[in-house]
Amino acid sequence: MSMLIRSVAVAALLGALAPAAPALAQQHQHPAAAGSIALSPAWTRATPPGAKVAGGFFTIENKGAAADRLVSATSEIANIVEIHEMAVIDGVMRMRALEKGLSVAAGGKMELKPGSYHIMFIDLKRPLKEGESVKGELVFEKAGKLAVDYKVMPVGAPNAGMNHKH
Amino acid sequence: MAGQATTLKIIRWGAWALIGLLTAAAIFLLTRPEPPRATIGGPFTLTAMTGERLDVGKVEKGRPYAVFFGFTYCPDICPTAMFELGQLLKAAGDSVKDFRIYFVSVDPERDTAEQLKLYLSAFDSRIIGMTGTVEEMAAVARQHRAFYRKVPTPSGYTMDHTATIYLFDRKGDFWGTLDTNEPEAARLAKLARLLAK
Repeated sequence: MSMLIRSVAVAALLGALAPAAPALAQQHQHPAAAGSIALSPAWTRATPPGAKVAGGFFTIENKGAAADRLVSATSEIANIVEIHEMAVIDGVMRMRALEKGLSVAAGGKMELKPGSYHIMFIDLKRPLKEGESVKGELVFEKAGKLAVDYKVMPVGAPNAGMNHKH
Repeated sequence: MAGQATTLKIIRWGAWALIGLLTAAAIFLLTRPEPPRATIGGPFTLTAMTGERLDVGKVEKGRPYAVFFGFTYCPDICPTAMFELGQLLKAAGDSVKDFRIYFVSVDPERDTAEQLKLYLSAFDSRIIGMTGTVEEMAAVARQHRAFYRKVPTPSGYTMDHTATIYLFDRKGDFWGTLDTNEPEAARLAKLARLLAK
């Protein structure tokens, strides 16, 4: 229950802050406009029937002079979207929600990829079909909102490459 | 003369004593129980995705098989591993036509038999989903020394779990593992060795 209250509180806080963030940034000396964040083509994978979750992947490039942070994400296909970290350590798969989001250093890159950081689509509204595109939005602390289109790759695709042979 | 007889008697007794000792040692060595051995896995019975109870030890008697722990609310490792295992089985051809991989859910609360059947329909039909009560799953994981843990997330929970693929030989003994990071050629070679054993 306290988890739910906290989630709601965080969501409310983010909702309140998100529109204000770009405005604040613009008043700053070096505005971290959405232009300072570049995204590689985003992708996800077709889901097996009955799957309630999927992972979203892309690389964030921060061309700005200040560090920025991906604080939240939404998508038309999922009721809940979280930013997760995943790793296989000593043969054990571990996954964590990053409640503070994902920081990208000034001039740095952050890769969201299978087996690592990813966008987690939870409570999918419908299965994802190979070949379609699904819309989403990312919210950065400084750069604000960015629209993102996830291309749906085959089940088991290792990356966004189009030359996957399966 | 009396001294010689005594010496002979001592030798005879000594010889009998030695024979007795050797016999006792031989009996002990031949009949003692097998030394305790570290075991991983072994027969287990759970509910298969068809809804029937399945005794894996019985079904797989005389046949090698594999066991993998996972859950269907898994965004990455589980579907990827299932997909890659399907590719591996296809690449291995006829030699694995009767090979089964048991996908044991570490999340029985959400992974019902129906959910497993639905989810695994996207993958190779030789992958069999298995579920049961929370206690049964814990026992099977313990038997395999597999680790799993429920981890809360802002919206619910996820599962940390052992991502190793366990291989068992035709006697049902633990034989080795498949690692999702090793190249397909290495995995194919392992599978061939397991099948040839």
